[in-house]
Amino acid sequence: MSHSTGIIRILALMVKEFHAVWRDKKTRFLLIFPPVVELIIFGYAATLDVKNVSIGILDEDNGPVAREVAQRIQGSTFFTKYHYLRGRSEIKNIIDTQKAMLVICFPQNLSQDVSSGKGSTVQVILDGRRTNSSQITLGYLSQIIGRYNIQLFESTSKHVIRPEIMIRTWFNPNKIYCWFTVPSLIGTIMAIEVIVITGLSVARERELGTFEQLLVSPLTQWEILIGKTAPSMIIGLLEGTFILVIAMIVFQIPFRGSFFYLYFSIPFYLLSIIAFGLFISSMAKTQQQAFLGIFVFIMPCFLLSGFMTPVENMPQWLQQLVVINPLKHFLVIVKGIFLKDMPFSDVVENIYPMIFISAATLPFATWMFRKRLG
Amino acid sequence: MNELPLVQISNVSKVFTGGKSPALDSISVDIKPGCITGLAGPDGSGKTTLMRLIAGLMIPSSGTLTVCGFDVVNNPEEIHEIAGYMPQRFGLYEDLTVIENLNLYADLQGVSQDERSGVFNRLLDFTDLKRFQKRLAGALSGGMKQKLGLMCALIRRPKLLLLDEPSVGVDPVSRRELWKIVRELAGQETGVVWSTAYLDEAERCDEIILLSEGKILYSGIPKKLTASMKGRSFLVKESASGRRSILDSAMKNDSVRDGVIQGGSVRLVLKSGADSSLIESLIPGRKLAAVPAEPRFEDAFVDLLQHRHAHKESGVASMIRPVHADSRTAVQAEGLTKCFGDFKAADDISFSIPPGRIFGLLGPNGAGKSTTFKMMCGLLKPTAGRAAVNGIDLENAPGRARSCIGYMAQKFSLYSNLSVAQNMDFFAGVYGLYGSGKRKTIGQLVDMFDLAQYIDSTAGELPLGFKQRLALSCSIMHNPVVLFLDEPTSGVDPLTRREFWNHMNAMVEKGVTVVVTTHFMEEAEYCDEIGLIHQGRMIASGSPDMLKDKVRSVEIPEPTLEDAFVELIKKTGPGNSGIPARE
Amino acid sequence: MKVTQKGKSNGSSWIRTRALMIKESHQIIRDPSSLLIAFALPFIMLFLFGYGLSLDTNNLKIGVVMEDLSNDARSLAYAFANTSYFDARLGHSRKYFENELISGHIRGVIVIPQDFTENLRKGEVSPKLQVLSDGSEPNSATFVENYASGVFLTWLIANGYENATRTSPLLDVEPRFWFNPELSSRNTILPGCITIIIAIIGTLLTALVVAREWERGTMESLMVTPVKIREIIISKIVPYFILGMVSMLFSVAICMVLFGMPFRGSVFALCIISSAFLLVSLAGGLLISTLSKNQFVAAQASLVSAFLPTTLLSGFIFEIDSMPAILRAITWVVPASYFVPSLQTVFLAGDVWPVLLPATGIMMLIFILLFTITIMKSPKRLEAS
Repeated sequence: MSHSTGIIRILALMVKEFHAVWRDKKTRFLLIFPPVVELIIFGYAATLDVKNVSIGILDEDNGPVAREVAQRIQGSTFFTKYHYLRGRSEIKNIIDTQKAMLVICFPQNLSQDVSSGKGSTVQVILDGRRTNSSQITLGYLSQIIGRYNIQLFESTSKHVIRPEIMIRTWFNPNKIYCWFTVPSLIGTIMAIEVIVITGLSVARERELGTFEQLLVSPLTQWEILIGKTAPSMIIGLLEGTFILVIAMIVFQIPFRGSFFYLYFSIPFYLLSIIAFGLFISSMAKTQQQAFLGIFVFIMPCFLLSGFMTPVENMPQWLQQLVVINPLKHFLVIVKGIFLKDMPFSDVVENIYPMIFISAATLPFATWMFRKRLG
Repeated sequence: MNELPLVQISNVSKVFTGGKSPALDSISVDIKPGCITGLAGPDGSGKTTLMRLIAGLMIPSSGTLTVCGFDVVNNPEEIHEIAGYMPQRFGLYEDLTVIENLNLYADLQGVSQDERSGVFNRLLDFTDLKRFQKRLAGALSGGMKQKLGLMCALIRRPKLLLLDEPSVGVDPVSRRELWKIVRELAGQETGVVWSTAYLDEAERCDEIILLSEGKILYSGIPKKLTASMKGRSFLVKESASGRRSILDSAMKNDSVRDGVIQGGSVRLVLKSGADSSLIESLIPGRKLAAVPAEPRFEDAFVDLLQHRHAHKESGVASMIRPVHADSRTAVQAEGLTKCFGDFKAADDISFSIPPGRIFGLLGPNGAGKSTTFKMMCGLLKPTAGRAAVNGIDLENAPGRARSCIGYMAQKFSLYSNLSVAQNMDFFAGVYGLYGSGKRKTIGQLVDMFDLAQYIDSTAGELPLGFKQRLALSCSIMHNPVVLFLDEPTSGVDPLTRREFWNHMNAMVEKGVTVVVTTHFMEEAEYCDEIGLIHQGRMIASGSPDMLKDKVRSVEIPEPTLEDAFVELIKKTGPGNSGIPARE
Repeated sequence: MKVTQKGKSNGSSWIRTRALMIKESHQIIRDPSSLLIAFALPFIMLFLFGYGLSLDTNNLKIGVVMEDLSNDARSLAYAFANTSYFDARLGHSRKYFENELISGHIRGVIVIPQDFTENLRKGEVSPKLQVLSDGSEPNSATFVENYASGVFLTWLIANGYENATRTSPLLDVEPRFWFNPELSSRNTILPGCITIIIAIIGTLLTALVVAREWERGTMESLMVTPVKIREIIISKIVPYFILGMVSMLFSVAICMVLFGMPFRGSVFALCIISSAFLLVSLAGGLLISTLSKNQFVAAQASLVSAFLPTTLLSGFIFEIDSMPAILRAITWVVPASYFVPSLQTVFLAGDVWPVLLPATGIMMLIFILLFTITIMKSPKRLEAS
């Protein structure tokens, strides 16, 4: 008897949570707005690719070689704006004011030196304020010039055998950036939603004064705990599935792995996030505080997950520290399954840390939660 | 004293976009200088709207409103120079000290440094807050916040002082002090407008404006209105157990306009022209003794309003199953003590309540009655002592104890963004109801409380009276043995309050025990027994009449319950050093 | 006193504004959370961004598969192992490293095929070095490929194999990175981080304070005093402007002391551009709270509007020029997209006024626009008129 009424009570609480989440404008906003914005911005804007670069060209040579290289630069889609400079004195201005990311200088007698076989050097000045882009741009420019070099060889000496390097990019042959970001969004958006729902749920009741109403009802602390966490879990799963479908249909990203492995690992991930949410919830007195708590949690969780920049670029001590970030592990899983058809053993390897995180945080969060209840 | 009116209101209407009926409907009235004008009426009658219109915070939809000849639409600046206004929540900066709040408002009102010290001294003396100048406003007790709010409105000695429900949530002691201060001001040519839900306050005003549904029902001297009720009020003395049934049968009688329980008596008001002898034969086979009583303003108020609201029998009686308590005491407190650090919020409080009684917990703000109340229903764990409900210890078997408890919190804590139906569904589920049993119970409650029209409305948008009904229906869904009510009718008008107590009486008749906290003395009159808590201790207990008897003296030959409250607190010593109420 | 000459009402306007500013300052000092946001937040953010975010792709983990065991092949493998670009493990099983690539333990595999040395010696067929990179991390993949080509070329030259053709290409490239020769991405990211800090402080704090006045009912009290809406708004901006500037200077100091950022511009230029950006943020916060009147909504809206555009649309990580046209158009109205390059310039390049002045001008325009809207939207009464 008491067992079955326990289930009725939990169900009533869960149904109420769903109603509350859906009918509350603020929460509904938080449920819909971040995924949509993140999808648009990360899908389209957040790219470390470099395109539409403007370049300054200083031609002191006025010969065929400089003209040929300049033409090849203009022929590529990579560079879209060209500024012809009249003298070296203009370089400083155009770089300083960021009108061009780089300036290529063809020295005097360039064509003569090249055609005589003596060889020459072009100077490239890049804007170090844009570190990553200028490096990538340099790589691209080097390729253009490299190909020109080969052509020069082939025109001078016939049939040369050169050692070659064969590059193959696996999993994402065209290195499309959103193939990286959009699957990662499954992890980040689930994190946001789950932390918002769990984090705000108790704080909302405290603010409304309904929490006391729960406490004087026959609901036990465990029932409240389950009734509060289960809806977050379900909503998290739904949001994750939503992004998955968008990724496959709108962004046309191939899903190569096993759905079963993915859905097997999601609950572990959500559980470790829920633990943090419960913790925030039990600390916060108002929704306001809970919201700030969520922000404080989400920011490092995102920045230190490999989502913005790779984990291996961090200093060694920080890499060891971010092992406690569940998102870091889940990103490996979700990208692995999505793009790489990751085998189960690799999935499990990344589930372990999440289990450890939950095992450490859940009891603590539960204890905090129950302490604040009693 | 027949100079020009201070405020002239002619044909003023106010319509809110989206509102069905106008909040104010062509109102014309004058407010005189140098006296206190009361503004009374049920919830949603337009009191606050009228206040804000006078203060120039809103623009009337039609009609003209002038203050000292200045039009609220065209010259709000001039009005702000001569008017002081205290909004419902006092408008204080809680993170500033008392003196910083005063300085801020002095600067804003353009009071020069030289005038300032004199004004501050006078006000601080006046309100007895001198000792607390350096204290943060947020750390003051409710009564003191209210005084500080008043001071801020008074800095420039305004010609017009607007007080919007200044006494809500404030205990009787502080209320009396406030009244004294304002009375003194009105003597000094300041016109005061005081809106209130307390009709005893309204009765003391020089003039009264009675609003209902945006219209003026009465304006003029309150005594005149009260006098019109002469010969229609009666008191029926009766034993504790019989009062409720007398009230019940009286209310079924067509000639009875109004009835309330007043301590050991039932107070009845007859319709005009009704014969008083009918009271004697209210209960078949018994002859009741009716003593004529002095009419009160409240009698007149209800009489005026009852034309619109017909009395309805409580359906609770038909639905609630008789409760048979398992124990001879429904609620028992033994040496309840609660410490917050060094501060003893409740100190060795003991009492026991037999089943089927109403027990009231009274006390000034911050005296410890909330703490005691929360320990009784298991929300706070006592530092020492124990509490039991229906013979079940709250600490040993909290689950079992809680399933006999119904709880209605202050401000009716409902899920304000869920619909009425969703709220009821949820509470039914929490109390283990399901399937047809659940549907039947909810259906009965919906019928009983007339909730059908609002079933899909969002709970937070219900009119106050319906919110209260919903909250009550959610807390009695599981047929509780004991019902805990925390200031159940705070801010609610007398009519809704009567309806609420009508239900309570019906439940008590079925054996339910009610524990209630309140600041309303009329509400306390319904209690069978009262515990008065002050400085964490229970300083007096007994029936309302017993408490009144305790303070009967030559100076107060006929003490009201409020007199008893104030006097008993005074006897124990002031002590109230402004410790903030602990929630 | 020049104010008194202007007549009574003007004089009291100054007194009222001053009183409100004093009140606001008291509230800032009393409220630990505002000080926490102004000083603890910059510290934590700089720490996270400074250490956590880095585009400096060094020490990429790779595997080198040696199917060929000749001395040449070994020498090439050691070349990969010894460079600072890679953290290479050597092995013989292609399958093993391919699996490692799948599990994400390494970012690339370099295969020295069995016939590599043979082809190299004979010179009949081009010897092929194979590089597999992990496209699920596109940026790292690009770096793996570029570095691998570089290491291979260097090795060929060092071992005289390029001799067979030429020692060096006819046309060589000599790159020079101005302002940031060590190519530390931290120098790019930290100015972006300061931008986020100022945006959050400015927007969040002011958004909360006006909403708080509405929520606590003090706005109602203020409205019945002779105070003007403009005075209320100015009294909110000035104290938080000072707080924001102090916090900004604090952040710059952290960047220089803790992370060794160069600072090549002048403090004057720094203050000019920061003031403009801070004003925009403050005005944005005021507008949000004037419209929402509710602390919870204000906090959300300000975090979303301060954090998202400054992080994603300011160009400090993600290049604006690479975005689709619509998003590029949006960045024109994102103040941070003017502030980030200005701040990077002041830090790394110096006082380049042709960059700083137009940026400051546009930010001031946005500020004036937001400020005007705020004044217009501020209700003079309790209801929208």
